Amino acid sequence: MTIVHDSVPPDLVGSVGPCGPRRDPVSLLPETEPVRVLGTRAAAVGDPDLARDLYRRLLLGRRFNRQATTLTRQGRLAVYPASTGQEACQVTAAMVLAEQDWLFPSYRDTLAVVARGVRPIDALTLMRGHSHCGYDPYEHRIAPLATPLATQAAHAVGLAHAARLREASDPASAENLVALALVGDGGTSEGDFHEALNFAAVLKAPVVFLVQNNGYAISVPLAKQSAAPTLAHKAVGYGMPGRLVDGNDALAMHQVLSAAVAHARAGHGPVLVEAVTYRLEAHTNADDATRYRNAAEVELWRTRDPLTRLETHLRTAGLLDDTGAERLAAQAEELAAEIRAQFDAAPEPDPQSLFAHVYASPTSQLREQAADLAARLALDEDPDADADPDHDHDGLDRNNGSDLR
Amino acid sequence: MSGATTVTSLPAGQPSGHGDRPAAATSVTMVKALNAALRDSLRADPTVHVLGEDVGPLGGVFRVTDGLAAEFGSARCLDTPLAEAGILGTAIGMAMYGLRPVVEMQFDAFAYPAFEQLFSHVAKMRNRTGGRMGLPITIRVPYGGGVGGVEHHSDSSEAYYAHTPGLHVVTPATVADGYGLLRAAIASDDPVVFLEPKRLYWTTAPLEDTAPIGRAVVRRTGTSATLLTYGPSLPVCLAAAHAAEQDGLDLAVVDLRSLVPFDDATVSAAVRATGRAVVVHEASGFGGIGAEIAARVTERCFHQLAAPVLRVTGYDIPYPPPMLEKHHLPSVDRILDAVARLQWEQ
Repeated sequence: MTIVHDSVPPDLVGSVGPCGPRRDPVSLLPETEPVRVLGTRAAAVGDPDLARDLYRRLLLGRRFNRQATTLTRQGRLAVYPASTGQEACQVTAAMVLAEQDWLFPSYRDTLAVVARGVRPIDALTLMRGHSHCGYDPYEHRIAPLATPLATQAAHAVGLAHAARLREASDPASAENLVALALVGDGGTSEGDFHEALNFAAVLKAPVVFLVQNNGYAISVPLAKQSAAPTLAHKAVGYGMPGRLVDGNDALAMHQVLSAAVAHARAGHGPVLVEAVTYRLEAHTNADDATRYRNAAEVELWRTRDPLTRLETHLRTAGLLDDTGAERLAAQAEELAAEIRAQFDAAPEPDPQSLFAHVYASPTSQLREQAADLAARLALDEDPDADADPDHDHDGLDRNNGSDLR
Repeated sequence: MSGATTVTSLPAGQPSGHGDRPAAATSVTMVKALNAALRDSLRADPTVHVLGEDVGPLGGVFRVTDGLAAEFGSARCLDTPLAEAGILGTAIGMAMYGLRPVVEMQFDAFAYPAFEQLFSHVAKMRNRTGGRMGLPITIRVPYGGGVGGVEHHSDSSEAYYAHTPGLHVVTPATVADGYGLLRAAIASDDPVVFLEPKRLYWTTAPLEDTAPIGRAVVRRTGTSATLLTYGPSLPVCLAAAHAAEQDGLDLAVVDLRSLVPFDDATVSAAVRATGRAVVVHEASGFGGIGAEIAARVTERCFHQLAAPVLRVTGYDIPYPPPMLEKHHLPSVDRILDAVARLQWEQ
């Protein structure tokens, strides 16, 4: 919709030139309060199977977070940025995507990766310190976990744009895919976040940007991060709709994200969703959250725990009883045991993998360095071996009696 | 990567030989050669897509993408918003989906906002994913000085790129290499930073195919000393070699063409042949490509060297204003002075 002053005759519409207003900003504005379903009438009339399924996934997700945190204490994970408290965001982000869609996670989104079908041990190779990305991005249609903040948002735009180009040039192979990029509240300050949203809107790329606003960028609270009314309001400046949703309400998350994905899939362009949630644990196991937030605040958010809220709804609605809860708890323990078993069986990394995939085929310099490492490893195995067996081939110039100038 | 490309495109306004092919002797500018390489790549492979600032109807500020939007449409020659990290980040996503993006960074110093995308993702993605996800992206960067550009338009940024494992870094110094290396870069399954010497954009020579990425070439054989150079400094070195004839010196000149992969074999052989070497480049000397070359040459040719490897480079200063740049850029005189210091006294 174009905004035009009443006084401008219709035939002069557009006479403001290429810099005139192009879109009604009001239609893009997010909700004034986060969308909630739990505790409203909508929850009572919603799909009971969906609610039960969501609860099961949340419970498994919480157990995953707890098991991974335990593994850091055992030294079996180098680091783990837990998404405890954010399980409703993590689980629904994976759930609303179809098989052909792509997920672009950040480093706190291991649970979303597992929820989309990656084996826990493969999703955790980065945190284990074993290899940077332990799963096949093409098998699962999940980009590697991105540590540089918001950089992956632009990749989501490019991939979604490329998919649209293929649909235009070869409709028979059309996948009609959507890319979903996960960003945190701190990430919205990055230039790459801005650029990704701008490109997505300009290219009308089918991308959903989900900002999990968990209140803190490591230690810095949102108030020091942004002066925007809400992070969802940022959408308006790019010309895409913004949505604001209660990120601890799994039913609301599923509803809003599903709508956003449908909007993008229908060819209407990108959507920015801000999910208001809370990081119940510290930034990582290496962080001390008591230095920057008080216990009362954390306790307040424990009362808003996404699991507790959904469980209360299910029990009130008669969709969950003690027997059902015990069955789910047993499933969660099975998952934890499976993760531990996967870790017990996980292989050590191969030192030669260091050189394997720097380029499609190694340079001569990398071949020399790989040979050097191989010789050193052989020496570790057999101390009597030639310490420097490759010296005849390393290209070094030696004084072999040739005339010195 | 492919070295077996065929020149099929005729730059606009040039007389045709047979059908689409230019007559062998037709001389074109490097700009036209680069344009022809893009055009032929776009024709040969539907996955090739050009994107950047002003690459559409304008044809790029140097006209390297002239006519591409008209022939291939705005989707395959895409004018993007003005944001280099966004351009490269979008190109990464396109490459993930199977396209071969060719990104234009408008000027050397304008590429810096894209460094995080380049260093943290483009260079590492194949390695991070255990070889499952390569990114065949070509990043074209007009670079270097000598064209009277005001600040931020004349940087020689090759050392930043060459220091980053996972990137190939090439720079043509001739019209033929402009065509051949760009085709090879676009055909490569690895990301290639393609540095275009602005100063040589308007040099002319016949359009022809050349060697694949990774090979240096001896542009002039010689017996007295070896000049090692690349990109915009090649013509300066050739002029210095010509002038040195007056002093009875016969200088060899090696054009590296590819900084990564580095052709140790050709460089070492060329230095051993004379026993003396000078590295010449525009970029500042400290921590530069010349330092790497001097180290590699010393490691490989130490006992054949009659003198330390010397460097003639830009000074260790921010790129100067254009009225002063002639003092900063390697000149024939500075190169000859360096050659004179190669310990000729027995």
